[in-house]
Amino acid sequence: MILGPIHMAYILAALLFILALAGLSKQETAKLGCLSGMVGMTIALLATFAQVESAVGFILIIIAMAVGAGIGIYVARKVAMTQMPEMIACLHSFVGLAAVLVGYNSFLELGGVAPETITIPINATADEIAALLESAGAAAAGAATGMTVGELNTHLVEIFLGVFIGAVTFTGSIVAYGKLNGTYKLRVFKSQPLMIPGGHWLNLGALIVSLFLMIWFMASETPSVAPLIIMTLIAFAFGVHLVAAIGGADMPVVISMLNSYSGWAAAASGFMLSNDLLIVTGALVGSSGAILSYIMCRAMNRSFISVIAGGFGNEGAAASGDEEMGEYRELKCPEVAELLKNSSSVIIAPGYGMAVAQAQNAVAQMTEKLQARGVQVRFAIHPVAGRLPGHMNVLLAEAKVPYDIVFEMDEINDDFENTDTVLVIGANDTVNPAALENPNSPIAGMPVLEVWKARNVVVFKRSMNTGYAGVQNPLFFKENTAMCFGDAKKSVEEIVANL
Amino acid sequence: MLIGIPKESLRGETRVAATPDTVGKLIKLGFEVQIQSNAGAEASFDDAAYAAAGAKVVKGREVWNSSEIIFKVNAPNDDEVGYLKEGQTLVSFIRPAQHPDLVAKLNEKKVNVLAMDMVPRISRAQALDALSSTANISGYRAVVEAAHCFGRFFTGQVTAAGKVPPAKVLVIGAGVAGLAAIGAAHSLGAVVRAFDTRLEVADQIKSMGGEFLKLDFKQEDGSSSDGYAKVMSDEFIKAEMELFAKQAKEVDIIITTAAIPGKPAPRLITKEMVESMKSGSVIVDLASATGGNCELTVEGKITTTANGVKIIGYSDLAARLPAQSSQLYGTNLVNLAKLLCKNKDGQINIDFEDVVLRNMTVTKDGEVTFPPPKISVSAAPAAKPAAAPQQKVEQRQVSKKLKVSCVAALVIAFALIGLFAPEKFLPHFTVFVLACVCGYYVVWNVTHSLHTPLMSVTNAISGIIVVGAVLQISSGSSIIISIFAFIGVLIASINIFGGFAVTRRMLAMFRKQ
Repeated sequence: MILGPIHMAYILAALLFILALAGLSKQETAKLGCLSGMVGMTIALLATFAQVESAVGFILIIIAMAVGAGIGIYVARKVAMTQMPEMIACLHSFVGLAAVLVGYNSFLELGGVAPETITIPINATADEIAALLESAGAAAAGAATGMTVGELNTHLVEIFLGVFIGAVTFTGSIVAYGKLNGTYKLRVFKSQPLMIPGGHWLNLGALIVSLFLMIWFMASETPSVAPLIIMTLIAFAFGVHLVAAIGGADMPVVISMLNSYSGWAAAASGFMLSNDLLIVTGALVGSSGAILSYIMCRAMNRSFISVIAGGFGNEGAAASGDEEMGEYRELKCPEVAELLKNSSSVIIAPGYGMAVAQAQNAVAQMTEKLQARGVQVRFAIHPVAGRLPGHMNVLLAEAKVPYDIVFEMDEINDDFENTDTVLVIGANDTVNPAALENPNSPIAGMPVLEVWKARNVVVFKRSMNTGYAGVQNPLFFKENTAMCFGDAKKSVEEIVANL
Repeated sequence: MLIGIPKESLRGETRVAATPDTVGKLIKLGFEVQIQSNAGAEASFDDAAYAAAGAKVVKGREVWNSSEIIFKVNAPNDDEVGYLKEGQTLVSFIRPAQHPDLVAKLNEKKVNVLAMDMVPRISRAQALDALSSTANISGYRAVVEAAHCFGRFFTGQVTAAGKVPPAKVLVIGAGVAGLAAIGAAHSLGAVVRAFDTRLEVADQIKSMGGEFLKLDFKQEDGSSSDGYAKVMSDEFIKAEMELFAKQAKEVDIIITTAAIPGKPAPRLITKEMVESMKSGSVIVDLASATGGNCELTVEGKITTTANGVKIIGYSDLAARLPAQSSQLYGTNLVNLAKLLCKNKDGQINIDFEDVVLRNMTVTKDGEVTFPPPKISVSAAPAAKPAAAPQQKVEQRQVSKKLKVSCVAALVIAFALIGLFAPEKFLPHFTVFVLACVCGYYVVWNVTHSLHTPLMSVTNAISGIIVVGAVLQISSGSSIIISIFAFIGVLIASINIFGGFAVTRRMLAMFRKQ
């Protein structure tokens, strides 16, 4: 009797989610989009609560949600904008873990196990728990009689896939988090790609073994938990290895890819639970993440597969690192300020270095000062600048730089020719002319910001070290380029003082 | 080798084939230069300046006798052809298509002749394209002449003595001369409109500050592979004439630059159109030498019609800026010399392997080599992709294979699902596929700057997995299930609340100026 309204509520929630994503595609409608997502979520939760029958369950839910909400909102308030990539990665891992848990639960529910048949001793070892779970699974055979063989098998495949995707998302996101955070000493959390010999075969092997485990899982007379657990462990390892093999510079792709995975995990859970809302939402998130990954890959002129297979720039690092490029010219901050005063148009091209140095506020101040002098100031953002799609935009927005002077690469690339001064702040590979000029460069063919066409270029950098791709940058040695060494934040602040 | 620069014999010619500056450059290439006395006088270059640059100043016909190479502006007249000797090389404007008899005479003399008007229109040859550099000057001068005859300002002004509307200028033909005219008129402040049969020049016109007049016609593109305009169909011309008739009533100044190589200039401005123009209007006809674009043009003169329209028919606009023209033409010749003398040793080699030289050569070693084999300008851009690394092509093939195999895999997957999946599964699967497509379209146009908020919102939304956990908590069939579900609800809630909160925080930061 209550099913009709609940179903309608789910449809409404799904529509609101679609509206939320659609709204997020434009600045003007973004806030509305976020709001409709929240309304949708509320409706979905209320409709779900209505199905909760036991009072104990309800209390548990309230407690869990209250704790979760508290943590979530606290973190969301505290997190610095420069740490957004880590936060997003962390959140992805939660979805992955939740998907794994839901998957196990729906397997256990198959058994319809009575509470008294399973009690876990507090000092139980992992093996004992496994054994208990197995016995629970064994009991499932009786309860599963309600289903036809085909339905049961489909259900098992759904569970298996859901757990697999969830587990990969979980560990993959944790590794991505570690890499982005950069403070952990563990090798897998290092930003350089971890290349295990025969890594690709290992991945393939993991997939094949998982496939066999699935066949075992389905074939056994009474659904057994063992293959599920083994597969989960393999999937955990697979997730770690998958992301560990990808370099820090490719993180925008990885993050959006994990975003996509978390969506597919949710969709798989939806199949297990026969819940259309989960399926729709999961598919929406999954495809949106996939599109973002594709956009990022296109921005780097590389195929999705080559990014996921990992190992960007490890060939180029040794080859071109020592190459003698010639003399570079150095400018001190007061001289840069002088140069800016004499320019009528300035474009600022920020990169990850600006985020690291937390220089966005100083840059915004400089922008205001220059604008007050009547200088036209614009920002040029490369699609993969930073460690998260759109990372630079968020940082600049935080520093109150209006979004209508912030331009994408395609919008502004033709304007460099008519620009007096370009300030490159903490960007390297995204402004590397070698991508266009040197067909042997590891980044050949990647679209880049053509800053060198401007009359003057000033590069803010800590040293002459190469960027993530490990490629030397001929830009630094061009005649119209000057280097301004030092911490970007301090340099920019000094320039502001001199303006 | 010795290069000789004679004084131009054509009446009214003010230009000279070398300036002190280009003489210096020629000497650097290893040549010796001698120049006829007073050759540069009309262009304000005196003999002393040439001597200072390193040239030998000689009197009278001496320059023809001892030079191995002759650089000239105009084609030689009969006397000058007489001065030439076997084995000499002559470089000047020739117009071999219009003057076959001249070519025959030069050939009789066994002179090697390079025609500066035969430079092919390919990127590499731009540095020696004398037609372009001359046309550029003519276009500029056309505007100056028009301004001189036009009794008003070009730019609009609001003054205490009243408001002055800006002059309206129509430029017909947006070749080099036309574009130069558009630029000059625009920078004087006029409102400039321009027409050309080649649609591809619309952007070039805009870039110079002009407005492209598009014809109300089922478009036919007038561009051809040699970079010049071709003859258009009758209907097109009719529509074109209607446009001009309409514009003639509105504009103050018309500058026509339409020419089709080797043919008389097309008649574009009829008597009626001229009569419909306002008194005081000006027409500058750059095609007057080949018959004129305007019906009433008189070559070499300014005429005023009964209704007060001035028609400027000067055919020597480039010669009216003699110093500039000589400098640019001289530089064109220096660039030609670089091509002829690759080793910078002062020796020339008319290499027929080089398409530029092949195209320019009219006679060589007693043989007429005109007309040259046709080369297509569009060959230059077409050659580029071929030079691109093969790797890319392979990649594309691979991705094509990938696509095919993806489609195949999809078909197989669908077939398998159709065969084996239980009926209950199918409605869910329908929903899933449709939602994927929906997600694709919804997200595809997302602004780059919103990628991060989009990601955090999708993150929050994927916290919907909480629904699964909530339903499981309440089923309460086992403690393990409850514990798992409890954890699930907890972490999914972090996602939901954290995701939405952080998105709102970010969106609040974005502001417009």
